[in-house]
Amino acid sequence: MRRTRAAAASAVTVSMLAAVTACGGGSSTDGGSNDSPKTLTYWASNQGPSIEADKKILTPELKKFEKQTGIKVKLEVVPWSDLLNRILAATTSGQGPDVLNIGNTWSASLQATGALLPWDAKNFGTIGGKDRFVESALGSAGEAGTDPAAVPLYSMAYALYYNKKMFEDAGISGPPATWDELVADGKKISKDDKWALGAEGANLSENIHHVFVFAKQHGADFFDAEGKPDFTSDGAVAAVKQYVDLMGKDKVIAPGNAEYAQNQSLQDFAKDKTAMVLWQTAASTLKAHGMSDDEWGVAPVPVQSGAPGADTAVNSMVAGINMAVFKNTDNIDGARKFVKFMTSDAEQKLLNKTYGSIPPVKAAQEDPAFNTPALKVIRDTLSKSAAPLPQVANESQFETAVGTAVKELFAEAAAGRPVTTASVKEKLDEAQQQMPKK
Amino acid sequence: MTVTAQPAVGKEAPPGAPAPAPRRRPGRVRRIALPYLLLLPALLLELLVHLVPMVIGIVMSFKELTQFYIRDWGAAPWAGFDNYSLSVDFDAPIGKALLHSFFVTCAFTVLSVGLCWLLGTTAAVYMQENFRGRGFLRAVFLVPYALPVYAAVITWAFMFQRDNGLVNHVLHDQLGLTDSPSFWLIGDNSFVALLVVSVWKGWPFAFLIVMAGLQNIPKELYEAAAIDGAGMIQQLRRITMPSLRPVNQVLVLVLFLWTFNDFNTPYVLFGKAAPEAADLISIHIYQSSFVTWNFGTGSAMSVLLLLFLLVVTGVYLILTSRGRRGADA
Repeated sequence: MRRTRAAAASAVTVSMLAAVTACGGGSSTDGGSNDSPKTLTYWASNQGPSIEADKKILTPELKKFEKQTGIKVKLEVVPWSDLLNRILAATTSGQGPDVLNIGNTWSASLQATGALLPWDAKNFGTIGGKDRFVESALGSAGEAGTDPAAVPLYSMAYALYYNKKMFEDAGISGPPATWDELVADGKKISKDDKWALGAEGANLSENIHHVFVFAKQHGADFFDAEGKPDFTSDGAVAAVKQYVDLMGKDKVIAPGNAEYAQNQSLQDFAKDKTAMVLWQTAASTLKAHGMSDDEWGVAPVPVQSGAPGADTAVNSMVAGINMAVFKNTDNIDGARKFVKFMTSDAEQKLLNKTYGSIPPVKAAQEDPAFNTPALKVIRDTLSKSAAPLPQVANESQFETAVGTAVKELFAEAAAGRPVTTASVKEKLDEAQQQMPKK
Repeated sequence: MTVTAQPAVGKEAPPGAPAPAPRRRPGRVRRIALPYLLLLPALLLELLVHLVPMVIGIVMSFKELTQFYIRDWGAAPWAGFDNYSLSVDFDAPIGKALLHSFFVTCAFTVLSVGLCWLLGTTAAVYMQENFRGRGFLRAVFLVPYALPVYAAVITWAFMFQRDNGLVNHVLHDQLGLTDSPSFWLIGDNSFVALLVVSVWKGWPFAFLIVMAGLQNIPKELYEAAAIDGAGMIQQLRRITMPSLRPVNQVLVLVLFLWTFNDFNTPYVLFGKAAPEAADLISIHIYQSSFVTWNFGTGSAMSVLLLLFLLVVTGVYLILTSRGRRGADA
């Protein structure tokens, strides 16, 4: 016991000294050094069905890169639940990876820490220029009017996945285009332990992605023009209420989904327990759960009745993964080379095909593989009706505060307690007051 | 004092006589200094490991520390007592939520420590008897204490799932105790779920400590009591409990501190955002600092928690040692 304590103590001391020296040495502001030109550390986010699957997919590509450049890449696949905390810790200590993946919604928040290499014209020049990337993807790589803090890597958008057989059994001819239609269809489906729509009620980010879209459809935003939180506008309240009402009032979401946070709703979908899910790129996971491609269909996420239609009304966030470089990397040239490799046309086609996402690189998008019916819906959404989440420094706090409020409202709805406009407003008001004042 | 007295003795000694004093002096100094010297590395490390982070935490609590400054937190602007006044403004949401979380934690701690102690003591007393399978039972009782916390709590999280969990399967499907499957990981029941896991995890420690304490009570006391006609209850009241007093004093304090600060159980069970009914203060502070990136406010809350625990521990120690002194007299 004493020995372990001493070992722990010395470990802590060493890491503290490391942190102190790193703080002292972290004065280089415009990019790291080339002290170790032969190695890179890469934190990849978990994109595939499992961490092991990601390692299997990425390792041969990294070997390819090593062959081309002689730079060895040490890969670590980080689960989503840990990624932001890990990045935060790396930012504080200065002991992070050289290159990393970030969720594109965090771009502005992480940009504010000043830990990421800004992608100015010169840096973009080393990877073939800014024009290679799709506009909407660049829009979610940092605060507007600044140099992006990251480079888009995989693009995604939400779509409505529906179970063809369950629709047939309920006598429904096609996927709903509006929320009213979805609720009407849902009432036909939701009986005998079968439910119309799946949700991940305890997953804060999922909650945010959906209420953001509902808010846009109600003409509201969660931040005002100056980037200040504005959670309690009528539109925002109506948006949150409409989403939670799908469980509480309309009863098309199973109450059990209120505690889902580990993609259980996809499993229910694959097991014919739920007829629809709103998801980003579900194909590979559905396959992993034993569902063949012809069993499900894809349609755009529904919009409000009477609205201009799915092609113009916002029905998805611009989802995706960006690639960032830690400013104090010991291999700045290698890091840029690696970003260039990962965003090259060939790699973009290969990786996005594997993950079922859309390449944010225009040239790669032309590949016929991205023209399947499912991916066409997502591509159209991305180009016509998707909007980036607010790119403000407080975005990650907003995800937690409002995401938690929605989680609690789902818990109320699941317990059979009424969710009213007043109770939604109260929760959102509490969330807003928890936001930092600056 | 003895060291300064030595030279005088040495001077008075006749020349030529063996002079033990000068040889003894450095020996004595060394003997007195050596323990301190040996303790020094540990003391320094202790300072580094405990005191330095604590001081840093206190400094942070006076700073306006958000994502803009985490890379170089020394540069964050001073906030004075703003973080503290924000934390204790119980009319505003942040203070209100902290107070709520504090009350939840108090209720949780009292129940958890009470149940852990009761279960542990009961089991330890019964395990004193020699019977077949005692060794096996003792080993089984210690399993929760030996399991890694994360593995154990994740298993509980699976068991508490509403639709596929074992708990609802037994309570609802098999015993029919509830009209519909209950939620355990969200809503009001989450407090019960948290308490169950906490007691399950904590009572074997109480069991172990009380069992060790029981070994120290001389058998003769019980034999004498039995001859005097004392029954089992009386033996428990007059011999076992008073003898266990010093053990219990430490046990309850340690359980209290562990339970009050428990982070792993709620975090693994509920994730970053615990339900309101089970919003323990440790996870609340974590959320205030690491999830909403308000490190200054989070630090202020931590300092307030530290002060509270110091006061409670101090008062507890004074009260219990006074009680013991009274009992000893």
